[in-house]
Amino acid sequence: MTVIASIFILAGLFFFAIGVLGILRFPDFYSRLHAAGKSDSLASVLVITGVALYNLQEFTVANLLVSIKIMLITVFIYVASPTATYALTKTAMILGFEPWEKGKKRQ
Amino acid sequence: MAEHFILIAAIVLILLIMASLIRVVGGPTVIDRILGGNVVGTKTTVLLLLIGILYESLAMFVDIAIAYALLNFIATLGATKFFLRRRTTDKALAEAFLYQEDAESSKGGPS
Repeated sequence: MTVIASIFILAGLFFFAIGVLGILRFPDFYSRLHAAGKSDSLASVLVITGVALYNLQEFTVANLLVSIKIMLITVFIYVASPTATYALTKTAMILGFEPWEKGKKRQ
Repeated sequence: MAEHFILIAAIVLILLIMASLIRVVGGPTVIDRILGGNVVGTKTTVLLLLIGILYESLAMFVDIAIAYALLNFIATLGATKFFLRRRTTDKALAEAFLYQEDAESSKGGPS
């Protein structure tokens, strides 16, 4: 069980690193949002699933309840993260940000 | 062995949080800063669970992580709503605040 949890946590850290790289390197706001919105939700779900599996090493009822509560965080992140991304995109569209095109200055 | 792995994962996560703080501090627009704050909050939710494993009291830290995830979501929505409403009520002030770096070089207008 520990090995499976470690693999989940490693995969999550990899996707977190990819997301941070995208946030730092992409040229404009929309592409940065594209990198952050998807990779962050996937990576947090992977790491939190790893933590829930790590918690189940001694299989008792109390540990099972704690793991179910941990998995509820993943459900909440899957609902909340796209909603926050949508709100940010809508605000940027209404505020008048223009998407980056090839040849323009990086923002 | 496994505790060392969790500790190293937590340290890597802290380094990633520091890297995304660059976007919060030096982002060219306000929306970039809100995005950076959202990313830092998501990583902190995960980091709280890893700290819970390290302190061997995961049942307590799960509640703190749930509260932090809720707070992060509400903070992002509130900040975006604030800047949306500010645009409709006080358009010129918001534009001067949003594009203060561009306004010096090209006299306003989104670029």
